Amino acid sequence: MEFFRIQRDIPFMRHALVFNVISAVTFVLAAIFLGVRGLNLGIDFRGGTLIEIAYDHPADLGRVREVIDKMNLGESAVQSFGAADSALIRLPLKPGLSTAQLSDRVMAALKADDPNVVQKRVEFVGPQVGNELYENGALALLLVSIGIVAYLALRFEWRFAVSAIAANLHDVVIILGFFAFFQWDFSLPVLAAVLAVLGYSVNESVVIADRIRENFRKMRKGTVPEIINNAITSTLSRTIITHGCTLTMVLSIFFFGGETLHYFALALAIGICFGIYSSALVMASLVMWLGVSRADLLKPERRTGPGGAEKILP
Amino acid sequence: MNRYPLWKYVVIAVALVVGVVYTLPNFFPEAPAVQVSTSKSTVKIDSSTLQSVEEALKAAGIPYTGETVDPTGVKVRFSDPDTQLKARDVLQAKLNPDPNNQNYIVALNLESTSPHALTAIHALPMFLGLDLRGGVHFLEQVDMKAALDKAADRYLTDIRLLMREKKVIYSGIVRDGSSVVVRFRDPSERARAYQAIGDAMPDLDIKVLEGTGESRLVASLKPEAQKKIQEGAVQQNITILRNRVNELGVAEPIIQQQGADRVVVELPGVQDTARAKDIIGRQATLEIHMVDDDPSAQQQAVSGQVPLGDDLLYDRSGAPVLVKREVVLTGDRINDAQPGFDARTNEPAVHVNLDASGARIFKDVTRDNVGKRMAIVLVEKGKKEVITAPVIREEIGGGRVQISGRMGPREANDIALLMRAGALAAPMEIIEERTVGPSLGKENIEKGFDSVKYGFVVLAIFICVYYQLMGVISVISLGVNLLLLVAILSMLQATLTLPGIAAVALTLGMAIDANVLINERIREELRWGDTPHAAIQAGYERAWNTILDSNVTTLIAGIALLIFGTGPVRGFAVVHCLGILTSMFSAVFVSRGLVAMVYGGRKRLDKISIGQVWKPTAGAA
Repeated sequence: MEFFRIQRDIPFMRHALVFNVISAVTFVLAAIFLGVRGLNLGIDFRGGTLIEIAYDHPADLGRVREVIDKMNLGESAVQSFGAADSALIRLPLKPGLSTAQLSDRVMAALKADDPNVVQKRVEFVGPQVGNELYENGALALLLVSIGIVAYLALRFEWRFAVSAIAANLHDVVIILGFFAFFQWDFSLPVLAAVLAVLGYSVNESVVIADRIRENFRKMRKGTVPEIINNAITSTLSRTIITHGCTLTMVLSIFFFGGETLHYFALALAIGICFGIYSSALVMASLVMWLGVSRADLLKPERRTGPGGAEKILP
Repeated sequence: MNRYPLWKYVVIAVALVVGVVYTLPNFFPEAPAVQVSTSKSTVKIDSSTLQSVEEALKAAGIPYTGETVDPTGVKVRFSDPDTQLKARDVLQAKLNPDPNNQNYIVALNLESTSPHALTAIHALPMFLGLDLRGGVHFLEQVDMKAALDKAADRYLTDIRLLMREKKVIYSGIVRDGSSVVVRFRDPSERARAYQAIGDAMPDLDIKVLEGTGESRLVASLKPEAQKKIQEGAVQQNITILRNRVNELGVAEPIIQQQGADRVVVELPGVQDTARAKDIIGRQATLEIHMVDDDPSAQQQAVSGQVPLGDDLLYDRSGAPVLVKREVVLTGDRINDAQPGFDARTNEPAVHVNLDASGARIFKDVTRDNVGKRMAIVLVEKGKKEVITAPVIREEIGGGRVQISGRMGPREANDIALLMRAGALAAPMEIIEERTVGPSLGKENIEKGFDSVKYGFVVLAIFICVYYQLMGVISVISLGVNLLLLVAILSMLQATLTLPGIAAVALTLGMAIDANVLINERIREELRWGDTPHAAIQAGYERAWNTILDSNVTTLIAGIALLIFGTGPVRGFAVVHCLGILTSMFSAVFVSRGLVAMVYGGRKRLDKISIGQVWKPTAGAA
């Protein structure tokens, strides 16, 4: 069974301009959404209280909202959570009230309204911790980017390092753009997914970069675009199969993993899908535009011949 | 060709055996149990304790599935959590008949049912995080400013005593932030004070401030002393938390310092989370103030203008009490507090024992203020409430104080519990909390495993169909990957969380990448006309560099998450990083070994089963 019956190299680089334009446009769009709408930061980063409750019958969200509104706890949000009998209550930070008291008061009020309610989970993040997680998250993103650039510059060459990081940060911004546009809950696990996607996407770029380097060595007569086209085409089968496999696992998490992992899996899925595009096409186009040449990748090898004379091989 | 040296097979075999052995304990689930232990050195746990436990359970008709006794306690296992709860109540009633004098601690626990052979080599099941087990997690921050302020309070009282002893005349003494300011009219008195304080209290830094008509001494703690107090505050809070958690009867608690001024408290498996939060979160400290009996001052206060140096507080019933702001005695002078009954009125009360200097201070206060009222104030996170404000009828010596007044027996018990575990040197504030109910924990485990299971099955089917025998080898090495990952997590006793299980699924999805790389490369080599043996060789060699590079970059992301992640996300990062390492081992080393086993022996290899190797028609690029 072979899905990828490709007769000749697909001339990707002919369309390098188109790819870069598309990615620039999507990048700008995502940035606009991020700026205008902003991320819907969860309590992990903003601080606040999260209470998950369950009834033994379909939850009446309207009633829950009424009960909570009467308590005057600020801008609260009540939404359904997975199954019809569960609900998620979000409460903002209220100075002076400790969470223990807050969640107990809320539960007491809900129990008075309907004694069947059961508290499944409570999360409270104070303002300092929220701030710290926010800063740490940003720092982690920065650190990963620097680490990857450094490693790639070492193993390959600076053009690859820069292109790979640019292409993959583009991925990250797109995921954030989606989350900003749809106002999905951006919590700590989602940030973890974003960082994992960054690592994984670069993974992708490395495979192609590796192939490009090998082609420079093997295809003595090829022009740069031809070499890149060949690299992408020959790894196409592997790229799509691997992404398909990872996507399978992520979809499994999405469908079976439960509500708490919902947005985590979503972030991963978006990252994987866009990753195919950005890691291969965008990175390759950028590398070509930055003017990579055979000489950059193949450092002259020095071998000492008999008698100790140094011979320089091309 | 494609033969594997013997030592490599041995490595694989050893890895497999270790993997299986350390994964096995996970199949022996932990059983709900009740543990009977004691914190009193006078009470011994031995076979007679075991007998009373057995008898109590038999009398109540509660079946148990197993029991052990060792010097740390008697542990009895049950078949389900409901029986466990019933048993706990029965044993608590039988062994601790007097709630005021509990000899035993009866706690809920999870006992491992792994056979002895496994536990002997430290093969334990994975450590489940809170979101998989249920329980309570707090992050508390010690209020350092308050700790220093309280220290200043103590010094204020000490300085005043010192002045009295040395018969130094001063015009006023007050606490300003975390410094103590003493005012003098007479410079020579000030000089004497300077001398006396300097000699008696070397931890204080004393500054002289000249003003018109009076001069002041400002005493504050030296930086080294400040640091010691801060460290001491955290340590004391940890000890207090430990005591409180013990009294709650929770087994396997985690109480640790995190950073310079934070404490993590984790109570897995706690059922009554509200009460746990209440007891742990409530910081009750005791302060004793003198009541300001001046009627004009009281009138002023009630009309809205609280006079300087006074505080308007309220007692339990809401009635206002005007107290002098100055703290006569702080709660850390308390040695012990027991609930009991007032000998005269038979009301529930708390009997408090003070330490030596506390007793001395109290004696002086009560002697100087016979006929005046003294307010015993309970401070809970900044909120002050007057518990009772008795009239001092006589000098109360010997350090025994009784607090009573409008408290029920349960209240008395709780207040005594809080005071008995020690009053806090510095109040703590909960800055993060995660509570997960036990049913949710079980649900999460199921969901996590489902996602791993189904994803793996779909993946395996596809890979086997697409790459045939090589695909089967790839799937087997993926299975080995899973085995080793679980084994390492169990060995390291790393915490497994729900995101961690998701990371397992993700790792499997990413690990297959290496095998796909290898297989595709082999297909390519075959396409270009290599012999099968050479193709296999080339496939593995050429793919290795790429696998290494791509895994390192994913590892960089994983390590960053490890450094910056907390809680459940940390669990994700740990599994992610470990998964990358195990996948590098299994995808290359193990699968190559399998290939060598299958194909290595044959001298002439015509074709290998790797699915269709489609060749482009001649003339194409």
